[in-house]
Amino acid sequence: MTMIEAIRDAMTVAMTRDANVVVFGEDVGYFGGVFRCTQGLQQKFGAARCFDTPINESGIVGTAIGMAAYGLRPCVEIQFADYVYPAYDQIVSEAARLRYRSNGDFTAPLTIRMPTGGGIFGGQTHSQSPEALFTHVAGLKTVVPSNPHDAKGLLIAAIEDDDPVIFLEPKRLYNGPFDGHHDRPVTPWSKHALGEVPEGHFTVPLGRAVVRRPGAAVTVLAYGTMVHVAIAAAEATGVDAEVIDLRTLLPLDLETIQASVARTGRCIVVHEATLTSGFGAELVALVQEACFYSLEAPIGRVAGWDTPYPHAQEWDYFPGPKRVGEALLEAMAG
Amino acid sequence: MSEPKPLSLHVPQPAVRPGDKPDFSGVHIPRAGTVPRPPVDVAPEEIRDLAYTIIRVLNRDGEAVGPWAGTLSDADALQGLRDMMKVRVFDARMLMAQRQGKTSFYMQCLGEEAIACAFQKALSPGDMNFPTYRQQGLLVAGGYPLVEMMNQIFSNDADPLHGRQLPVMYSARSHGFFSISGNLGTQYVQAVGWAMASAIKGDTKIAAGWIGDGSTAESDFHAALVFASTYKAPVVLNIVNNQWAISTFQGIARGGAGTFAARGHGFGIPALRVDGNDYLAVHAVARWAAERARRNLGPTLVEYVTYRVAAHSTSDDPSAYRPKAESDAWPLGDPVERLKNYLIGRGVWSEDRHAQYNAEVEAEVLAAQREAERHGTLHSGGKPSVRDMFEGVYREMPPHLVRQRRQAGV
Repeated sequence: MTMIEAIRDAMTVAMTRDANVVVFGEDVGYFGGVFRCTQGLQQKFGAARCFDTPINESGIVGTAIGMAAYGLRPCVEIQFADYVYPAYDQIVSEAARLRYRSNGDFTAPLTIRMPTGGGIFGGQTHSQSPEALFTHVAGLKTVVPSNPHDAKGLLIAAIEDDDPVIFLEPKRLYNGPFDGHHDRPVTPWSKHALGEVPEGHFTVPLGRAVVRRPGAAVTVLAYGTMVHVAIAAAEATGVDAEVIDLRTLLPLDLETIQASVARTGRCIVVHEATLTSGFGAELVALVQEACFYSLEAPIGRVAGWDTPYPHAQEWDYFPGPKRVGEALLEAMAG
Repeated sequence: MSEPKPLSLHVPQPAVRPGDKPDFSGVHIPRAGTVPRPPVDVAPEEIRDLAYTIIRVLNRDGEAVGPWAGTLSDADALQGLRDMMKVRVFDARMLMAQRQGKTSFYMQCLGEEAIACAFQKALSPGDMNFPTYRQQGLLVAGGYPLVEMMNQIFSNDADPLHGRQLPVMYSARSHGFFSISGNLGTQYVQAVGWAMASAIKGDTKIAAGWIGDGSTAESDFHAALVFASTYKAPVVLNIVNNQWAISTFQGIARGGAGTFAARGHGFGIPALRVDGNDYLAVHAVARWAAERARRNLGPTLVEYVTYRVAAHSTSDDPSAYRPKAESDAWPLGDPVERLKNYLIGRGVWSEDRHAQYNAEVEAEVLAAQREAERHGTLHSGGKPSVRDMFEGVYREMPPHLVRQRRQAGV
């Protein structure tokens, strides 16, 4: 199934199993969301459990916090990650800290889904990757799936988690495993092994990375769309790279990272978000601390340039397989 | 009293959905010319009823009637018709260009042309609009070159915004058109700030904020109203109620309020509701509100009642959430037809001249498109430079961006 279908399936499973799961956001009710991730949920579960909201992201998250504190498990949609900023105060000052400041008297088990990343000519308001704004906040978990299988398992795990979870959906992966070659035909998920999604309930636990492509020469840390880009770059350059799909940025599976870098002795970090103070900086620091004596070369970073996401120059901005390939070769030369 | 029953959540639903018969019986439309026109220095509490009615000038027979009539000469009204026709032809061509892959995205204002076109004529040079993405009429009526709009839409090598912004997110300071961000509602409160600045500096300029029915739900809308109210900012706060926010009907944003205009009452801001498909009514109300602002009498909230005939954008398919024939059933008619009939009735226009002008404007728009396409379209021909992608983030490029640009090899 596609990633859209997998996400919809996850919400269907969660809503069927637990009457406390509610889904809402802009255009998510009758219409089923602008990317159709919630299509049919209102018809299936009724308007009190899946509904359209006023266009107010702060209101969406703020009411979700109130509901979560009451005992529901809201799974809300922000139409694009680029629209989340009005809700940032509610996320940072409220959802993230409610457990801590009330000493567990109140908690906020909610999931905030949002499409992220570029590659659809969406310009600066439909392309951003703001994951570092959430990983920097104590009290939040941040998840970025790279395929339909994980998207379903991770979303069910997120909804069942007792803490607030930011669930970033790379929109360029909704319909196929995009590897950065924008000039080539799109492969559908139906032709990819990870488009095979088990029926019914299953979870991919939060905090576990997975080796997506085994290799011995260099470790690539990636998540979301960049997992596919990294694999394409490894294949194009012939570098025996081990590509790790982090899946959850926080909590982070440092063990898997450490085991790989200890073997390869080299590491690069790739993400689509801007470079400076990006999540890559945290990864580089952690690898340096944990694996310094195994490292044979500086840890490289490939990221979006530190500019707003441009419209016309999208493919010059996007850190595609060419740039990742160059970083691989550089890591090998180092 | 009996024991209360278990609670249930109220989720508003539109009257009709796809497959149903369109139903606008809930839209109460007074006869044209029946709503009084108060003096501009009226106390807000004396005109509370103007937030619940609809100010209309053009009646069913195409005549301009009532106290809001008479703000425009025949020549000005003719210009208004030409402006609206130009916007409509422009939209149709750009929609087609998007379908042909010449741009990634387009947004029409079909059926809403009167609002921006007539409003622009109530402003003076130096005033500033903070538009949404559906006010292209402000630029067209303000004489902004069509070819510049197209260059932006095509993200070509003559794009005044250098390919950085999504199509239709224009910026034209020279034409009183603030840079559109694309985020919703964020700029409504900036319009208030701009207006406050004019007052702080002792200037005579005013500002106009624009927002859609759906976006009035954003917190920034409410922030704008409270600041405008507190400082009596010289601003006209426009709400374009076109009934649909993508798939969401206006009842979701309006909630229990009778109308969007009525939101002004809690802030003590005079609030008027106007027929958005009546060019003459829009102009008369815009002029009234602009005069209030100019005379330091403070903000005015104006709700334009209209209908979004087209899809939200080229990424949207309205047949999934509303009846296909709903726009035909819209009771306020078509703004172009209504003004055309008025001008024919005045003896200054005819069906023949209308058809002739339409052909002329199609030729003009096509010529502009040919010129723009010489500079390229999104995927072919001239493009903004990759090197330029790194410019304009800061006034002076900091070292880390210089480094990155070198890394990019441009």
